[in-house]
Amino acid sequence: MSVRRIMGIETEYGISVPGKPHVNAMLASSQIVNAYAAEELGERRSRARWDYDEESPLRDARGFDQSRADADPTQLTDEDLGLANVILTNGARLYVDHAHPEYSTPEVTSPFDAMLWDKAGERIMARAAALASSIPGGFPLQVYKNNTDNKGASYGTHENYLLSRTTKFTDIVLALTPFFVSRQVITGSGRVGISQDGSRPGFQLTQRADFFEVEVGLETTIKRPIINTRDEPHADPELYRRLHVIVGDANLSETATYLKMGTTALVLSALEAGIVEPGLMPLHPVAALHGVSHDPELGYRIELRDGRRLTAVQLQWEFLERAAKHVNDEQGMNADDQTRDVLQRWSDVLTALESDPMSLADQLDWVAKKSLLDGYRRRDDLQWGSARLELVDLQYSDVNPDKGLAIRLAERGRLRRLTTDDQVRAAMTTPPEDTRAWFRGECIRRFGDEIAAASWDSVIFDLPERSALQRVPTLDPFRGTKQHVGDLLDQTATAAELVHTLTAGG
Amino acid sequence: MATQERPQQGSSSREGKAEEESTSATGSGTAEQKEELDTDVDAILDEIDDLLEENAEEFVRGFVQKGGQ
Repeated sequence: MSVRRIMGIETEYGISVPGKPHVNAMLASSQIVNAYAAEELGERRSRARWDYDEESPLRDARGFDQSRADADPTQLTDEDLGLANVILTNGARLYVDHAHPEYSTPEVTSPFDAMLWDKAGERIMARAAALASSIPGGFPLQVYKNNTDNKGASYGTHENYLLSRTTKFTDIVLALTPFFVSRQVITGSGRVGISQDGSRPGFQLTQRADFFEVEVGLETTIKRPIINTRDEPHADPELYRRLHVIVGDANLSETATYLKMGTTALVLSALEAGIVEPGLMPLHPVAALHGVSHDPELGYRIELRDGRRLTAVQLQWEFLERAAKHVNDEQGMNADDQTRDVLQRWSDVLTALESDPMSLADQLDWVAKKSLLDGYRRRDDLQWGSARLELVDLQYSDVNPDKGLAIRLAERGRLRRLTTDDQVRAAMTTPPEDTRAWFRGECIRRFGDEIAAASWDSVIFDLPERSALQRVPTLDPFRGTKQHVGDLLDQTATAAELVHTLTAGG
Repeated sequence: MATQERPQQGSSSREGKAEEESTSATGSGTAEQKEELDTDVDAILDEIDDLLEENAEEFVRGFVQKGGQ
């Protein structure tokens, strides 16, 4: 029972070209990805493509047209746009998805690392936007880590957690629906405007809640479900399933991201241990999701199957108490540091939400944002619905370190940091050491110009002396760590030697 | 990896501030305390005023996104 498991975060960023609202969003997103790839990986390394089909024979991978990568970002044709898709030396994936630049963290094993590599992604996006904006003939691009344009469109921030295949899906729904409905009081990033297009004046806890319309489903772009059923584990499907969580907000606050990943991981551990309380299931989950988000006073009561009517904070306490008891029963004082830290912070935040929510303005996004908005409403006598308040909401998530309000607040010590600048800078180029992301990232760094493609579960080499592409599978996320292959990589001078050793050794 | 909390300027005064907010929220705080808090937030707003995009209305109207996942 621990917060530790394989996890990651994928974020679609908002993108804007001020004064030019009709610029093609796919083109602009591609420019961002390609500009960063060109600087960070160099011309030759930026050709390493995403391997979409891990099941195909080697020859199929020849379908990637390497010459396309040589094109200058400004010369991209429509056909090339879909291919802006690179693997970075930190093991992450940077690409264009649904007309948004997207960053997927490498696989990590803890909430802190998920937050750290997510922060690195934020900095990568800022750098990428600056580079793309400076291309001759280009235009100034701005990138936002938010989830809605407040006009009816939403784009996602998804969490991924690997869990045991033996966990029953019906139990996942029962355990996680009440948890996701109630965790919004911690994980919300705040939003000016109610309803999908934000047309009803007011403030709500989350960016995403209003875009969720059903309880369970496979869709991610329409009729979004609280529990998403997508299940590509990117690992041995006999052993694992992947929980793909689409109901969260993009967080700027490190505490919010850390607790979002940590508390969810604890609930999953309890679930795997068979702890499920069907009575906590809301009678009307979608209405409850909206109701909790729409009440920043935190008074909304969720009707549960067991007959109780609890506030979101009270429901969170139910989850915390079960998780804490389970950790204690199983490990006592031997629980790892991060597990105990998550439990402590979770408890501290819930206590503060009950006594004085605004005291969390230096820890949670929705509170930090609301504090600014309340200040403007008081000082300038502004009403909800004023464009200036909407701008504060939007600019809170600007990733530009000179302009983004959350980043400025953090610089001023008004939004707590859990990371250091050095840690974030290192995570921009260095993979986590304890998952297969280490092998992927190090292969890109060392042998980038001999890698044709890669994905979560493979690295494909294109060696001059071999006619066929050489695919190295990485199906086990716990293998390919620094401990596992660090010496091997250090003792290997060329990609050919590496492939030979790996294939010879089985 | 152990979580690291970076010491922040002003974080030591945080608890005291929270208490002030708490007392003023329950109605027993003094007008001076409320004013002090407002002054504190106003100092942040003054900084932000200079950062905010010009012409808020046009800017937020121009922020149009295609839907994603």
